[in-house]
Amino acid sequence: MTAVIDFQGVTRRDGGLVRLDTLDLRVNEGEVLALLGHNGAGKTTTMHLILGLLSPSEGRVAVLGGAPDGTHAETLRRRLGYLPENVSFYEQLSGREVLDYFARLKRVDHGQVGELLERVGLGHAAHRRVKTYSKGMRQRLGLAQALLGDPRLLLLDEPTTGLDPAATRDFYDTVRGLRERGCTVLLSSHVLPGVEPYIDRALILGGGKRLALGSLAELREEAALPITVRARSHAGDRDLAKRLAGWDDPRITVTPHDAHEVALTVPPDAKLAVLRRLTDTAGVEDIELLPPTLEHLYTHFSAELSPAQRGDAE
Amino acid sequence: MNAILTIAGKEFRDGLRNRWVLAIALVLAFLAVGIAWFGAAASGGLGFTSLATTVVSLATLAVFLIPLIALLLAYDAVVGEQEAGTLLLLLTYPISRTQLLLGKFLGHGLILAAATALGFGIAGAVIAVGAEGVALTELAAGMGLLIGSSILLGWVFIAFAYLISVWVTEKARAAGLALVVWFLFVLVFDLGLLALLVSVERGGDWLPWLLLLNPTECFRLINLTGFEAARSYTGLTSIAEGSAFRPAMVTAILVAWILVPLGLALLRFRRRAA
Repeated sequence: MTAVIDFQGVTRRDGGLVRLDTLDLRVNEGEVLALLGHNGAGKTTTMHLILGLLSPSEGRVAVLGGAPDGTHAETLRRRLGYLPENVSFYEQLSGREVLDYFARLKRVDHGQVGELLERVGLGHAAHRRVKTYSKGMRQRLGLAQALLGDPRLLLLDEPTTGLDPAATRDFYDTVRGLRERGCTVLLSSHVLPGVEPYIDRALILGGGKRLALGSLAELREEAALPITVRARSHAGDRDLAKRLAGWDDPRITVTPHDAHEVALTVPPDAKLAVLRRLTDTAGVEDIELLPPTLEHLYTHFSAELSPAQRGDAE
Repeated sequence: MNAILTIAGKEFRDGLRNRWVLAIALVLAFLAVGIAWFGAAASGGLGFTSLATTVVSLATLAVFLIPLIALLLAYDAVVGEQEAGTLLLLLTYPISRTQLLLGKFLGHGLILAAATALGFGIAGAVIAVGAEGVALTELAAGMGLLIGSSILLGWVFIAFAYLISVWVTEKARAAGLALVVWFLFVLVFDLGLLALLVSVERGGDWLPWLLLLNPTECFRLINLTGFEAARSYTGLTSIAEGSAFRPAMVTAILVAWILVPLGLALLRFRRRAA
């Protein structure tokens, strides 16, 4: 597979501040990569390097086969879509006029404008001024703008901030559709729940450094975080906790929720042994398996950082 | 080139929509007609006096208003888009920063040109219809010169506004600096020159040359020396004899006053970080 984005030992310094520290990253075609990290972790710097708005202080950046800050930029920018964080479009113009303007600057066929407005669900509001748009509508207009010209690479900076859950789901469904058409998507987010089902891999950044990179399964394996298993018996049961106490494996801990519900913290390799005993235990009616979520993994990987590195320097 | 026209077109349409063009034109027309009509008020009369007086007064009005309007129109051209977040987006589009700034200059320049031509054009038409015994060709020539030079003066200050706009990162600061620029060139410079004139006892042949250091003085020179009737009216004939003060020369200097700040703004814009 060809790498759409290729970072080799990329460092970016601003004055004495290290924004990004020797980052290596390869993103393949058709992949959806989430950039996760605190404020100031280097998410936006990474995006700006890919866009060619910044040049690396050290190392090499290649996007779609060329350096984004050089002569390659012109061709690259026509095949790239970008949605910045907190963009407020020209308030005096209507949604359609805004998109018309950007389409003309990107030299994209005008037929696309109406089609894209329909696709992001702004067809009915196309002739209203952006001033009257809600936050979610603005964000959708921003997405429509990023989708102009069928980009091969899409960069979305905090795309779902301010969107309600339904709009967030719609948004990610659009992303999924794009991936199916072979578009590579990079999205940064600190809203972790909700993003999991839609990404292939996650890059966790902290203090400009790469803390972890991999698919959810790979990250789980690397972190080896315990799984939570919940067991429940019928409401009249008074001593489920007693029956489930006493494990040979010292890593397994039992926390009674209430009289008839118990949560067990289990290392991944002991999962089956625990399940076997649970199914054999009298009275157990329901078993729920909760693997560590992206949020847990994120907390785990960023826990290695000192508080100073986690600082909110932006 | 296409991108420049697209950007210019958007700026111009914005100017029409938020009524900049209309507002500027009306203010200029209103004040110009007023000045033409009350031109004799100083001598106790009412009504149109002479074309020369009127043109001199209108030039003085333009010196105050045009720079202010141009600065207000354009001071947030870059820093405004930066605050809205659209600048970042535009910089990731397949357009160069030079195209972006030149497109905006073309758009703002057209807004100012259209509004000035309309405003002073209305005033000229009112004078032609209302005043008695005014030579129409002379009026047309005088007003044409006034409109043309006003547009150049406006472009000078749009270029200054851009230079400010690419230099600062806050809109409020840009607005403050724009007012400082207006104050310096329109008010302080004249006072300084006057003080110098009084204090220099001997020599002082070089003093008229200082006029070229200020685009608003260049504008005045064009209108006062370019218009036959006005020349005898003001004491400018003496200095206008030097070859550097011929209207064509002064116009060239005024154009240089557009190109230099615009060039600096372009350089600065291309170098600065996103």
